[in-house]
Amino acid sequence: MSNKNEKYLISGEKGQWEVVIGLEVHAQVTSNSKLFSGSSTKFGAEPNTQVSLVDSAFPGMLPVINEYCVQQAIKTGLGINAKINLYSVFDRKNYFYADLPQGYQISQYKNPIVGEGEITLDMPGGSKTIGIERLHLEQDAGKSIHDLDPSSTYVDLNRSGIALMEIVSKPDLRSPDEVNSYIKKLRSIMRYLGTCDGNMQEGSLRADVNVSVRKEGSKELGTRCEIKNVNSIKFMQMAIAYEAQRQVEILESGKSIDQETRLFDTKKNETRSMRSKEDAHDYRYFPDPDLLPLNIEKSLVEKIKKDLPELPDQKKERFIKDYSLSSYEANVLVSEKEVATYFEEVIKTADKKLSTNWIIGDLFASLNDKNISISETPIKAKEMASLVNSISSGLISGRAAKEVFEVMKESGGDPVKIIEEMGLKQQSDPKKLEAIIDKILDENKDKVIQYKAGKEKLFGFFVGQTMKISGGTANPQLVNDILKNKLK
Amino acid sequence: MSDITKKTLTEIVGLIKKKEIKSEELTKSFIENINNDKKLNSFITNCTEQALEKAKSFDKNPNLENLLPGVPIAVKDLFCTQGVKTTAGSKMLETFVPNYESTITKNLWDEGAFLLGKLNCDEYAMGSSNETSYYGNVMNPIAENTVPGGSSGGSASALAADLTPTTIGTDTGGSIRQPASFTGTVGLKPTYGLCSRWGIVAFASSLDQAGPMTKTVEDCALMLEAMAGFDKKDSTSINKKKEHYSKKLTDNIKGLKIGIPKEYRVEGMPKEIDQLWENGKKILKESGAEIIDISLPNTKFALPTYYIVAPAEASSNLARYDGVRYGFRSSKGKNLIEMYENTRSEGFGDEVKRRILIGTYVLSSGYYDAYYIKAQKVRQLIKNDFDQSFKKVDAILTPSTPSAAFKIGEKKNDPISMYLNDIFTVPVNLAGIPAISIPAGTDNNNYPLGLQLIGKPLDEQKLLNIAFAAEKKINFKQNLYRWWEK
Repeated sequence: MSNKNEKYLISGEKGQWEVVIGLEVHAQVTSNSKLFSGSSTKFGAEPNTQVSLVDSAFPGMLPVINEYCVQQAIKTGLGINAKINLYSVFDRKNYFYADLPQGYQISQYKNPIVGEGEITLDMPGGSKTIGIERLHLEQDAGKSIHDLDPSSTYVDLNRSGIALMEIVSKPDLRSPDEVNSYIKKLRSIMRYLGTCDGNMQEGSLRADVNVSVRKEGSKELGTRCEIKNVNSIKFMQMAIAYEAQRQVEILESGKSIDQETRLFDTKKNETRSMRSKEDAHDYRYFPDPDLLPLNIEKSLVEKIKKDLPELPDQKKERFIKDYSLSSYEANVLVSEKEVATYFEEVIKTADKKLSTNWIIGDLFASLNDKNISISETPIKAKEMASLVNSISSGLISGRAAKEVFEVMKESGGDPVKIIEEMGLKQQSDPKKLEAIIDKILDENKDKVIQYKAGKEKLFGFFVGQTMKISGGTANPQLVNDILKNKLK
Repeated sequence: MSDITKKTLTEIVGLIKKKEIKSEELTKSFIENINNDKKLNSFITNCTEQALEKAKSFDKNPNLENLLPGVPIAVKDLFCTQGVKTTAGSKMLETFVPNYESTITKNLWDEGAFLLGKLNCDEYAMGSSNETSYYGNVMNPIAENTVPGGSSGGSASALAADLTPTTIGTDTGGSIRQPASFTGTVGLKPTYGLCSRWGIVAFASSLDQAGPMTKTVEDCALMLEAMAGFDKKDSTSINKKKEHYSKKLTDNIKGLKIGIPKEYRVEGMPKEIDQLWENGKKILKESGAEIIDISLPNTKFALPTYYIVAPAEASSNLARYDGVRYGFRSSKGKNLIEMYENTRSEGFGDEVKRRILIGTYVLSSGYYDAYYIKAQKVRQLIKNDFDQSFKKVDAILTPSTPSAAFKIGEKKNDPISMYLNDIFTVPVNLAGIPAISIPAGTDNNNYPLGLQLIGKPLDEQKLLNIAFAAEKKINFKQNLYRWWEK
């Protein structure tokens, strides 16, 4: 791997190649009902139990727009600093498939609800702005299940008609790391807004990845390939790395890239051709005559704008300014709304700096170990604050705090009580500490002489002995002071 | 009592309200006519038993406040009816029984009416002679082996033959007005969005509109009143207050301005049609209206525009008939694609396939701008023509069709000549405005001919008033002997 601040380049035999990536993210709109029908959108229901006559395209059924989904799209548009188009049109994208009951998907083609916007990424080399081309609303298709029966395909229409936002980036991304950062940032913004839960396991967030390569320094875009429907960041990164390498090899051998749609095989870690440009569907887009063009009141946009929650970028700035955090710390703490909320809850009563270290350090490590989110940890924000306060007040040492944390991360609980139970309360009575230290000095007269003769390293030995005899509870600051005094 | 089935809907409702006739007796009379019919083939599905039950239960506890108390009504088989097979005239939906009721039929039932049967129509409402129906040709009661027009051919035939006191159709390019004209009945295509499309098998969504087909203008006002209304399940439905067309109906049209568009005088149009039109002008003048010559310069582009827009929408609307979830599925085919191909090859008739092909073509990349986009622009021009004219006139008078009913098979193999039938009706659908066809005379075969009155958007009341005045003066008499009962 190259240095993080360096450009991501593919080294071919004939030179360095830059990778150009654009993403089409499909984000499921958080909404109780579907885009054009009243059916539930709840995940994980029995197959074909959340299907209305509209979703299954019975004769004479008509779509009616779900206003809430429109508002969610506007909200998301505002969250990515994009232009909201007060006039937009729903089009039909025509193709036949067993899980597409209408024989067309209602989407937005020429006139999307949201126009150009941007997202700022915090990369190790500094911040980078990624342009957004557009965001439009569309229906999801149903699901074809091919592996339940050797001779039949089963169709589940629960997903049919669920609202998706397709968010199309400009070809501004240049590396798998940037893609990682982009998806996480977009996901974070939508989760802050409550417009998409961003749950990739449940398919709420998927992406088509457009990849092309060009000679380093070139300004022209190469021919791209589109890798369809990748559903995890890791797979996106793997697919890009593979695809870029493949294209470089083709170009260096003197051949050219065919514009085509490819699939990423997660088992073999390779992309392979799905259909060429010649075989591309002719979707015969045209305005859906069952729906009137969408005319949005300016006042609605203003209202949504006014009610927007604080977004990650704003929160980050505030954290840096109000809590004197570093850019890195602020970034980490705002990336998930729940983490930011947790952090702010902790520092209501506890030291900011120490809390930051504990949350980013020990707490995050424990979440990672268990592969859980902050909302799932047994350590409540109040308990975390109490632990931090026990350190600041000198009730326990930092080392003892780690032991307490080990208990808390498994089963939570009040740290003061745990300290009590474990007997970890810090020994801060100078008289008691003096007695211990006197005894140690008495038993190690030779070392005292050596120390006084200049072997200052031995100071650590005396501290260590004191901590050992006190069972780790001795207040280290006090131990230092007493020792220094006695060894003068 | 004289034959109740020959009476108008308004008369029938009056008799029921005055308790001079029971719904059961009324219903039995229509069922008798239906059972006696040997030739018209206007019904795809009979609901006679079910209708009798409804009639009996109405009689037990009659609500006479409703607009259509105890009236049995047969409807075009394009309206989804709960628990009753709905075929759209296609093999594709031969076994399809919806578990929901279209808004329009529900509105009728809510006003006290009930279902008598489902009426034959062109397959997916694509046709002008009812010859594209999978369920066979329908005959026009005016003469044996004559088409009733289309696509609401079964509706027009059943109405003219007294098999139902009133009916409803759908009109995408003339499918109510042309068959009304061919059968000597009244047919209204309302303003786009006045009647809900929810639960009607879709042909071309931006043009489809349901409307009443009746024996008189008064009946038409009553039916429209029962049908119309805002429906939040249809995004193109117009949110406006319900109107009482029948109560406000008047033949006082003094001072109204009627436009005569010169572009509707087409080459090769029979002399009788010209005379009919002249007579219409004369009658309206006598009623106190002012006749004004106007121009609708883009009329000649209406038919080609229509035959791009309608098939484009149809090609997409009919994609759902794929054999996966309901309706016909071919037993042939080794995989999904073959199943699609066989299902749609076997399930759709020629005219439907022709329009799906045209529609797919005009929407294809490379052709879209030249056809679909251009057609949309021309459509706007056609609408502008009407808007301009309506600054000068209250309504426009034209013939309903360029000819009277023709023989079965006469135009079947000549789609262009068939499409030309809709030349006077199509512009109205493209503009989304209302129009009514009323019987106004006959040709030299003594076949009925209709006059069309076109109005401003949501100006149905004025349109009905003018038609009402004209109807009185024309005094058209339907003179049918029941040859189909032999």
